[in-house]
Amino acid sequence: MFEYAPAPESRDIVDIRPSYGLFINGEWVEPQGEERHKTINPATEEVLSEIAYASEADVDRAVEAARKAFATWSALPGSERAKYIFRIARIIQERSRELAVLESLDNGKPIRESRDVDLPLVAAHFFYYAGWADKLSHAGFGADPRPLGVAGQVIPWNFPLLMLAWKIAPALACGNTVVLKPAETTPLTALAFAEICRQADLPPGVVNIVTGAGETGAALVRHPGVDKVAFTGSTEVGRLIAKTVAGSRKKLTLELGGKAANIVFEDAAIDQAVEGVVNGIFFNQGHVCCAGSRLLVQESIAEEMLDALKRRLSTLRLGDPLDKNTDIGAINSAAQLAKIRELSEAGESEGAERWSPVCPIPDRGFWFPPTVFTGVAQSHRIAREEIFGPVLSVLTFRTPAEAIEKANNTPYGLSAGVWTEKGSLMLWAAARLRAGVVWSNTFNRFDPTSPFGGYKESGYGREGGRHGLEAYLDV
Amino acid sequence: MTTPLAEVASSTSTLRAFLHGLPGVDRVGADARAATLGTRSIKTTAKKQAIDLAIRMVDLTTLEGADTPGKVRAMCAKAVHPDPVDASVPSVAAVCVYPDLVPTAVAALNGTGVKVASVATAFPSGRSSLDVKVKDTELAVAAGASEIDMVIDRGAFLAGDYLKVYEEIAAVRAACGPGGAHLKVILETGELATYDNVRRASWLAMIAGADFIKTSTGKVAPAATLPVTLVMLEAVRDFLRTTGRKVGVKPAGGIRTTKDAIKYLVLVNETAGPDWLDPDWFRLGASSLLNDLLMQRQKMTTGRYAGPDYFTLD
Repeated sequence: MFEYAPAPESRDIVDIRPSYGLFINGEWVEPQGEERHKTINPATEEVLSEIAYASEADVDRAVEAARKAFATWSALPGSERAKYIFRIARIIQERSRELAVLESLDNGKPIRESRDVDLPLVAAHFFYYAGWADKLSHAGFGADPRPLGVAGQVIPWNFPLLMLAWKIAPALACGNTVVLKPAETTPLTALAFAEICRQADLPPGVVNIVTGAGETGAALVRHPGVDKVAFTGSTEVGRLIAKTVAGSRKKLTLELGGKAANIVFEDAAIDQAVEGVVNGIFFNQGHVCCAGSRLLVQESIAEEMLDALKRRLSTLRLGDPLDKNTDIGAINSAAQLAKIRELSEAGESEGAERWSPVCPIPDRGFWFPPTVFTGVAQSHRIAREEIFGPVLSVLTFRTPAEAIEKANNTPYGLSAGVWTEKGSLMLWAAARLRAGVVWSNTFNRFDPTSPFGGYKESGYGREGGRHGLEAYLDV
Repeated sequence: MTTPLAEVASSTSTLRAFLHGLPGVDRVGADARAATLGTRSIKTTAKKQAIDLAIRMVDLTTLEGADTPGKVRAMCAKAVHPDPVDASVPSVAAVCVYPDLVPTAVAALNGTGVKVASVATAFPSGRSSLDVKVKDTELAVAAGASEIDMVIDRGAFLAGDYLKVYEEIAAVRAACGPGGAHLKVILETGELATYDNVRRASWLAMIAGADFIKTSTGKVAPAATLPVTLVMLEAVRDFLRTTGRKVGVKPAGGIRTTKDAIKYLVLVNETAGPDWLDPDWFRLGASSLLNDLLMQRQKMTTGRYAGPDYFTLD
């Protein structure tokens, strides 16, 4: 046997303060409220730091700072704004190892992913939108499109720094200023980003970071000084936000849940399809809104595909997120773990067959083994509800039409994957899938130039690409 | 010898139907998988283990027009004792030479356990008649080669004449003798160009009786690459499952560093599985690789890198 020795990335590179205040108007300020909470490493339950929960009054201060900064920031020529954003992108690249370690510590995702996926995409996003800042009159939104004002942005815990980049980069490029609230379980990279804004000499108030939980987010969303609300997270919270901003002048984009189908036709390149299915659902422990959580496989190859999938899952390495050979890290929180367990138990009691590879689970921290359910019916909860964990539901189909019907038979519509070597079938399927993204012979590929967003209960508005500018321009 | 799946070789059309019925290979996906496995971090005890395993898997090769008996004898000495000052360094698996130098290598390696492999069949182009190829093989076997590295007729393969390729492999297989020399079939993947072709050629060679499938002659660029080796490892894994017969894999050419060699071992471990992590089932065709393995091995023992002059150039 060839056992890989532990290969941990050193955590000495990160410097986490024992406690953090709020980042408002370019300064670290103490919150007015008393409430503070601990943020922990989900792999060990070790306390990493203590963060402030911003109160309504703190949010008010932040919005006011952003409003004040908006006057000068929006008046800068695009080429000047671009310089700041390019600078931020370069600093992120220079500090990428540190940020990757910090992300893995706070979130539980494997360092291989934070290092090779999250951080390169974060930098790419800032570079991409920096390039747009002086070309907005050529973006197709009129001769001189104006920014909206203050953007209130609320982001989730699954890709903390990447979601920050998706929100902040286009907002700044278009001339808006922002107040961003990171998720309560993963605030540390957003707080590190605040330092990067200072390092880049970004004018005070252009970016403000207020930490906290749902109450802080709600205060930000309903604040009358906010012109634009952008949210990525659960459909449940998305609904509340839509209700809150209804009837106001606030512009809203929502990027919510999903229950994506990964459709494997019988003529697919099977080894790569297996990789795509694995990457589709086990990437980032399945904490991905566009995760391929439903595998729809053609019955004629179902057995072969499942054998290959199980064999491949047996090689996944679960454990210390900082180990460079880890494939599956920790579940982000106890609450999320409880939700995954609850839905998995529902899957079993509804009659689906549960399978996991032999997989030692660490004693401390929050963990869930990669899990496959076979014999899943459309009516099972595990085929309908978003699990947001490393759990794959396998369904079969007989004809292409049945595949499309099943894939679309969900309240969500964020993403889908199609695996076939036949170009005509690929185009036929892609045209019929009601999903914002359809991946062709790949899955979970992201690029700043490509718009991303959903149908139906997966939300509205697009982030990324030229389309992503629209959400931050008065058009 | 009855080979599994021999019935698919009853005609060119049955062979074509079978080979074109194999699942396709998506180039982007295969490249991405190989690249991801290439990021595995093999350190400390695992690295030590990997280096010794890699040394034991080396087919130490010299295939130059300028090869002489003296050069081959020197290389054989190195194959047995790669590091003259450290007896704990294992011997390599085999030496690989042209057929006319087999007697020299056999004499030099007698009783050492290091095998003698010979290229044959009008290596490297394979552009000759079947008679000449069979004679070439017989010459090497008669001189004592225990392994034959043959090349396939890439022209015939690319022209779709799969039966011709099959029959040549089968004929060379027969020339190796019953229970005789081990047959490694070189696909020359650099000339096959697509991964679909690599998969088809792998199956074709295995059906025709190959004991090993090998990527390259080392005379064509690109030689061995990680994704091509990945596709071949998938082929041997699936062939075992389909037929019950296990076939080995040998990437050759272009593998120069310990880091590269370890990437190949990771690929084997996580694709075909740990059962293939043995010189009987996986080889590395290389020459300069050996010194880098020795240098890294010494660094792991002493904590310091010695200069290149502390490793022999044979």
